[in-house]
Amino acid sequence: MAREDYEIVIGLEVHAELSTKTKIFCSCPTEFGGEPNTHCCPVCMAMPGALPVLNEKVVEYAVRAGLATNCEISRDSKNDRKNYFYPDLPKSYQISQFDKPLCEKGYVEIDIEGEKKKIRLTRIHIEEDAGKLNHDDYGRGSLVDLNRAGVPLIEIVSEPDIRSIEETDKYLKKLKSILEYIEVSDCKMQEGSLRADVNVSIRKKGSTEYGTRTEMKNMNSFKSISRALEYEINRQIDVIEEGGKIEQETLRWDEVSGRTFSMRDKEDAQDYRYFPDPDLVAIRLSEEYIENIKNNLPELPESRKQRYLEEYKLTEKEANILSSSKHLSDFFEASTKICGNPKAVSNWLMSDIAKVLNEKELEPDEIPLTPEHLAELITLIEKGTISSKIAKDVLNKMFETPEAPSTIIEKNGWVQISDEGAIKEVVERIIETNPQSVADFKGGKDKALGFLVGQAMKETKGKANPQMLNEMFRNALK
Amino acid sequence: MNITELTVHELKEKLDKKELTSEEITKAYIDRINEKEPQIGAFVTTLEQEAIEKAKKIDKERQAGTANSEYAGIPVGLKDNMCTKGIKTTCSSKMLENFVSPYDGTVVNKLVNENSMIALGKLNMDEFAMGSSTETSYFKNTKNPWDIRCVPGGSSGGSVAAVAADMVPWALGSDTGGSIRQPASLCGVVGLKPTYGLVSRYGLIAFASSLDQIGPITKDVEDAAILLSLIAGKDEKDTTTIDIPKKDYTKNLKKDIKGLKIGVPKEFFGEGINEEVKASLQKTIEVYKNLGAEIEETSLDVSEYSLATYYIIACAEASSNLGRFDGIRYGYRTPNYSNLKDIYKNTRSEGFGAEVKRRIILGTYVLSSGYYDAYYKKAQKVRTLVQNEFAKQFEKYDVLLTPTSPVTAFKFGEKSENPLEMYLSDICTVSVNIAGLPRNISTMWSR
Repeated sequence: MAREDYEIVIGLEVHAELSTKTKIFCSCPTEFGGEPNTHCCPVCMAMPGALPVLNEKVVEYAVRAGLATNCEISRDSKNDRKNYFYPDLPKSYQISQFDKPLCEKGYVEIDIEGEKKKIRLTRIHIEEDAGKLNHDDYGRGSLVDLNRAGVPLIEIVSEPDIRSIEETDKYLKKLKSILEYIEVSDCKMQEGSLRADVNVSIRKKGSTEYGTRTEMKNMNSFKSISRALEYEINRQIDVIEEGGKIEQETLRWDEVSGRTFSMRDKEDAQDYRYFPDPDLVAIRLSEEYIENIKNNLPELPESRKQRYLEEYKLTEKEANILSSSKHLSDFFEASTKICGNPKAVSNWLMSDIAKVLNEKELEPDEIPLTPEHLAELITLIEKGTISSKIAKDVLNKMFETPEAPSTIIEKNGWVQISDEGAIKEVVERIIETNPQSVADFKGGKDKALGFLVGQAMKETKGKANPQMLNEMFRNALK
Repeated sequence: MNITELTVHELKEKLDKKELTSEEITKAYIDRINEKEPQIGAFVTTLEQEAIEKAKKIDKERQAGTANSEYAGIPVGLKDNMCTKGIKTTCSSKMLENFVSPYDGTVVNKLVNENSMIALGKLNMDEFAMGSSTETSYFKNTKNPWDIRCVPGGSSGGSVAAVAADMVPWALGSDTGGSIRQPASLCGVVGLKPTYGLVSRYGLIAFASSLDQIGPITKDVEDAAILLSLIAGKDEKDTTTIDIPKKDYTKNLKKDIKGLKIGVPKEFFGEGINEEVKASLQKTIEVYKNLGAEIEETSLDVSEYSLATYYIIACAEASSNLGRFDGIRYGYRTPNYSNLKDIYKNTRSEGFGAEVKRRIILGTYVLSSGYYDAYYKKAQKVRTLVQNEFAKQFEKYDVLLTPTSPVTAFKFGEKSENPLEMYLSDICTVSVNIAGLPRNISTMWSR
């Protein structure tokens, strides 16, 4: 069979670190980094006798995530222990949720070729993160750092509704965007605060039974998820085509070799012996509590997109891109509010600023300038203080210094020449030194005018007002 | 006057009247410990020097009127499963032989810091509180002060023996299935298991989290009420503690009990209950009758399922609670390993005693997939039944009266070879833990 004869089935388990100030069961800071074992206390180090106390903010954030993804919120929920031994897990059990998650039966919508598709969510539950092992470079052993132990996580489990790598990418980006909008996670993938376990299987098109799936653990970049899926799907097709069988196993994606490796197979499947944690009381949520969170839910990407289309008359593409990231969208709104020119702000964000972000591999929350400064730049162009050509130079400087555009323009002497006398002088000089072009223009070659304007711009180092130049040349050569 | 024979409320009076100093009291106890300890073996750690220094300091504070509590300067003994900052906390296990906690547990903090009591030492126990005779201690056997051929009961055997032998005026024990009451009964002192949630568990090294409770072991009922008043209360660090107003439990002690309704469940007078125990209980019933209480026979027909339910739940929780003793961060680590699996396997094989291992294996089994429903889940259902049954009884009665131990103090080695028989020692006490109720034991014993 050909590749096109197979249908791909993908389901994701996404872990997002919640951006609460303190850990899920103690008051240690959740802050990333820090000297090893400095954000710790008897509770998160699992000293004998220490007891967990559930951080209420964690429940609130998880409920917010549930509401933003159309989930049903459980009025009755609880914490369970997931038992297994590993040196990064100090209690030898992870406090998680087993059969009564906080949120169930939700969905996230993605756009596929102009159509909306619902990816159903099985559940969202809260749990604690484990610590980190630092392996000694000389093979003398491993060191345990418990700073991350007890950092709150939500695990968002999707149904196997995803049918392609593109859908996977869209789903993840949409999820990330929602979590950022509702401000429950900073979703910094490079710091591991958003990571996914990817389950994939293949089946013959038209088949209603699922194939055997493999799981790739702890993926933390969009790029590697796409690459890993590409590899794994091809591998599975090859195995089947050669008459083999897919083994249910857990895989590790290796970025360098571009391959997946087996971590453990079904035979080693662990029995986690889940049971309700007797150290914690049941979680009971009142209607008012849930209603209150619902009423205070921030605007979600979909609604912002609609607003951009209707209120700001942006194109579908612009509205899509701008609303996809909360940081980008917040930047856009802040800047637009000041300069009142959504189209211009959008243009700058989508072209020159996007280009720089791409080159420097920066995330939208790392835009190296402020919305205020961009608004000022746009206003300066509108007022004719600088030309749009100079504006690009100003922008480049703005990426490097925190100075306001007006300061940059002043320091570099980039103020646009709009003085009639001064421009007239330049126009006369250019006409004098370029008789050939003058003759061409007079002979009907409109293109020659462009050349003359260009010469004048060169002479003024780009500072002359281009409209005025155009007009004056036309007048002088009539 | 023999200082070490006094109750705490008597000691307090003498301190108040300046007839005694804390230093004199503390020294008297230390002398008594030095005299009796070689014979009894109640302590894992004694704190002679520290205790005398602190007593001197408290005497100065009392002199200056700056002492922070009316019980400042009173000595106390602590079961060795309560975390004490800077002092070893071993759980009488090789696993924690040299473990020093970085913090004081809530109850320890209340007594030693907020009430400036003098800790005389850490008291022996069954390893990780698993046992009914204190014979599973890694360190030593504690003897019953009334007959040193006999066990003191367990798991709080050290605490109880120390109180019975006048080595401490009072002590803290912990009770998961009878670990305060059964030894108190076997040594003839007062032991009280408070209602679950009344006393914070923060800093109590967990055996079975849903059952464990710290409680007083004292020479008389008044002291038990005083100590309970000092340790009870909501703790932000333990979400299972109940938020109820602070009470003075001594307030109603002297009231008469005319008209008090006492239920006596017949199930506790049947098979397996020793004649001596039955006779003693009959005597007690007469005493209450003469005081005007109304005694009625009743039936608590869930009690026969309690023991099995208890061992399933307690072992399940223990198997998870004791996972943290893995040789990675603190406590014993095997010297024999070449990989991670060996660290776990050898550390836990070498660091835990037989009874602890037995319960971990049992608990792991009942939580395993395929067995969970048949054991753990079912046990939780029975637990609800037991709770309901007790609730029904308390609609009719103010208190229920039962024996604490089916037998009087038994000899060393008599039951330690037969775990099932040892488990039966808890038959009268466990249903109360399952139901989360309070229970008091007062002095009746055989010699």
